[in-house]
Amino acid sequence: MMTDEIILRVEDIHKRYGENEVLKGVSFDVQRGETKVFIGPSGTGKSTLLRCINQLTVPDSGYIWLNGEEVTHAGPRINQYRQKIGMVFQNFNLFDHLTALGNVEIALLRVKKMNRQEARKKALMELEQVGLSDKVNSYPAELSGGQAQRLSIARALAMDPEVILFDEPTSSLDPELTREVLEVMRRLARNGMTMLIVTHEMGFALSVANEILFMEHGLIVEKGPPSEIPTSQNFTRTRQFLGSFQD
Amino acid sequence: MSILSQAVIDSLPYLFPGIVTTLGLVLIALGIGLVMGIPMALIHVYGSRPLQYIIKTYVWIFRGLPILVLLFLFYFGIFPLLGLYISAFWIAAVVLGFRTAAYQSEIFRGAIISIHDGQMLAARSLGMSRSQAILHVILPQALRNALPGWTNEYPILLTDSSVCYAIGVAELLTRGNQIVARIHEPMTIFILIAAIFIILNYSGQWIFARIERRYRIPGYGEGDSR
Amino acid sequence: MTMLNFDFELLLPVLYQGALVTFGLILVSAPFGFLNGILIAVGRVYGNRFISTLCHGYVLFFKGCPLLLLLFIIYFGLPSIGITFTAFTSAVIGFILCNGAYNSEYLRGGIQSIPSGQMTAALSLGMSRNQAIRNVILPQALRRSLPGLSNEFIYLIKYSSLAYMITVVEITGAGKTFATKYFAFFEIFILIGLFYLGLVTIAGYVIGRVEKRIAIPGFGRK
Repeated sequence: MMTDEIILRVEDIHKRYGENEVLKGVSFDVQRGETKVFIGPSGTGKSTLLRCINQLTVPDSGYIWLNGEEVTHAGPRINQYRQKIGMVFQNFNLFDHLTALGNVEIALLRVKKMNRQEARKKALMELEQVGLSDKVNSYPAELSGGQAQRLSIARALAMDPEVILFDEPTSSLDPELTREVLEVMRRLARNGMTMLIVTHEMGFALSVANEILFMEHGLIVEKGPPSEIPTSQNFTRTRQFLGSFQD
Repeated sequence: MSILSQAVIDSLPYLFPGIVTTLGLVLIALGIGLVMGIPMALIHVYGSRPLQYIIKTYVWIFRGLPILVLLFLFYFGIFPLLGLYISAFWIAAVVLGFRTAAYQSEIFRGAIISIHDGQMLAARSLGMSRSQAILHVILPQALRNALPGWTNEYPILLTDSSVCYAIGVAELLTRGNQIVARIHEPMTIFILIAAIFIILNYSGQWIFARIERRYRIPGYGEGDSR
Repeated sequence: MTMLNFDFELLLPVLYQGALVTFGLILVSAPFGFLNGILIAVGRVYGNRFISTLCHGYVLFFKGCPLLLLLFIIYFGLPSIGITFTAFTSAVIGFILCNGAYNSEYLRGGIQSIPSGQMTAALSLGMSRNQAIRNVILPQALRRSLPGLSNEFIYLIKYSSLAYMITVVEITGAGKTFATKYFAFFEIFILIGLFYLGLVTIAGYVIGRVEKRIAIPGFGRK
């Protein structure tokens, strides 16, 4: 599914909060259909990096390019880029005043300016994709964590994004519910969706990623295909980290 | 002060007794409200059915009627009918007091209800009677919890006190109007009075906030008591 | 009722006319007071420093200045600098300005109670800030501030009586005039009192129904 076409380029991103430099120059390219998984100790800037990509956090310096267009310094056009860069959050951030259907519809109606019928049809389709056809009229508070996260994936998918950012999508879920969310993500990867994922689910990361990027202290310190992790010189630090993880 | 005309400056001393009257109305009403509000709240929570019903009706009436209607009703209607001829000032103070009593009793009731059941149980387990428990355990906590809501009655009473103009109490607004009638500079005088009200309002709130802070118990009111 | 020293049939049309004016005052002021509250609240939370300070100053002034004085300023004060409104319009303007200030405080609380993730999620879908405020933040903030807004509406009903002090003959004024003429204050103010009690009670009941109607599972009380 992966092609040579580079759809996202991240170039030398720096971000500092006061004294604390969270990102110290991060660069990588993303090819269409690729799944990159970011791992590493918490507090090393993985989530900040994702937020920098769609400018929810504005980086201090560096560039983001989407299909050859600069996303950084986009001004008001940033809203158009954000439509193409979906995002799924750790704590869902579902719109609590809207039903499942409403959550998926709202950006179709207000941002894509679809008419009611189109939006509804599209939203129902996306809800079906994530297995929520029977929860169409439920409010977020009436959904389990796993259902809520699947709904937020459907909300992101409805915008037909070119890439989706997953910011620790299963960190606030029980193992049981984690599985149903990972299942949906696995299917997306198989269908060729381009995805950047921050997660602590190592089993999932190893099985789904085209590339693992190990981040520490605001830098990508090691990266490569998951198959290399057990043996390659490239992954000495990663193995150490994963080892301490298992203890 | 050069933007103020000599006529305005000369009339300023005439406003000062108005400030005293306004604050007098507010403080007397607050006092009446406090003295009535606490027992009313206790009856509302712990009293017998008929007593509760009486309190509820009182609250319903005094919260439901506009202050202007209450003032007219008491000044022109009830007091004369009872043959009581007292000054407009005292009628106004009593009416404001009766009204804030209704609001205050609701504030105290909310505070009493919010005290955890365990407090009553613990007090009774020590051998206290029901009324001892209410007096020594429930009420002291409830009053502290009620303080923020209670102090909010001050700005309400202060702004409402201006309505007493309608029955001729010589408070700030009345005196201001008398000056306007004499020197025909309505805008200047009204803005001046607005400024005085605003200063009284926020400086009073500041003082009440100081009092609130003084009576706070460390760690109390930040979570529910157990 | 033989004790009454006035003719009931004379009184009723007078009170009826007054009641119509009272309804007029409330129904015109309430929607604009609501809109005004939204503008001030949004300006305070999302405006730049200048707008935010301005909105804060607005709230401090109109919450600190007695409503009756505000009505005097508009009706008796403004003509001295060449701005004249009818008594009814003056009252409505005063109510909108004051009601908006109080409403904005509840709405601001509502807006600030919405988790920041809601804005983040809306932006991540490509909404502009304005779209996010309109479609995501405000609908939730409104629900959260509904109890406070309802309270202010009830206050508006009661304080509409102050319009009489600037010569608007609403129900309190109509009653007062009649009572003075026939010297029947007690009876008439009991009647007017019942009118307000009825109005306030009905409004409270209707608001309660509406709140239930638009309640969303698991949303609101926090």
